[in-house]
Amino acid sequence: MTTDSGQKQNTEHREHKTPNYMAIFWWLFGLTVFEVGFSVFTHPPKAVLMIVLVGLAVVKATMVALYFMHLKFERKSLGLLFASTLLLGAILVAVGIGEHILPKP
Amino acid sequence: MSHTSTATLAPAQVSHEPEPVTGIPHDKMGMWVFLCSEVMFFTGLIGSYIVLRFGSPSWPHPGETLNIWLTAFNTFILICSSVTMVQALAAIQRGDTRKLKLFLCLTLLGGSIFLGIQAYEYAKLLEHGFNPKVSLFGSVFYTTTGFHGFHVFCGVICIAFVTGKAFLGKYTQERHLGVETLGLYWHFVDLVWIVLFTIIYLF
Repeated sequence: MTTDSGQKQNTEHREHKTPNYMAIFWWLFGLTVFEVGFSVFTHPPKAVLMIVLVGLAVVKATMVALYFMHLKFERKSLGLLFASTLLLGAILVAVGIGEHILPKP
Repeated sequence: MSHTSTATLAPAQVSHEPEPVTGIPHDKMGMWVFLCSEVMFFTGLIGSYIVLRFGSPSWPHPGETLNIWLTAFNTFILICSSVTMVQALAAIQRGDTRKLKLFLCLTLLGGSIFLGIQAYEYAKLLEHGFNPKVSLFGSVFYTTTGFHGFHVFCGVICIAFVTGKAFLGKYTQERHLGVETLGLYWHFVDLVWIVLFTIIYLF
């Protein structure tokens, strides 16, 4: 399936310093432990809990996308492609939430 | 006559295949486009969950029904399998086929453990009467985690296939796009779980 040209470009893309994957792993592990501890052992107001947990999840997901999926080292167009779907998804969810939060006419 | 022209054209087409206009190999680009469609799929599920939850006057605390510690451990397993997957790719990029096989086997093991723990969790929950019909939370829980589990299952099948190919010596330092595209899928499954775990188990 893979062509020679594809392979060449594939190797071109890899001409970057290999990230420290174990460091990323420890960050992901530490943030997950903090997340679970924060949810189970503390009892903050619901809004605070939601903001902190969603914020941490976004940080972790971004780390996976940037370093494990190598988006940080890929062409910008690929990042834009992926980010555009995330944006569309965010709009979809925001509209759904708005249905319940915004005052009804 | 026509047979002759076909026979002579075929090798030429292969050797002069045009460069991808995107500058990204077709296999990899295809996987990224597929993952974008998957983003929309999971956004639909997550969005539904959020809308239903906001719209419900009461919602049970997940900790009362679900085993958060068991799933936290499962999350740890999936993160580990993501690390072993990326290490497998790094290994073949260095030309280390022994490490490639080792890390692919570890990834396969991680994915299988994740599925095993999820099956155990489902069995325990059903035993305690928590099924998709019992409440809105129940139906949303089984739909979202079930679809994710199905994605993990598909990933495990693909990892088994790629691992088999690795043992047959099909991947080299120059030719390993299969490992890379599979890795993209597997990391995406991990990424989705990171979000699902937070919004379903921890809120």
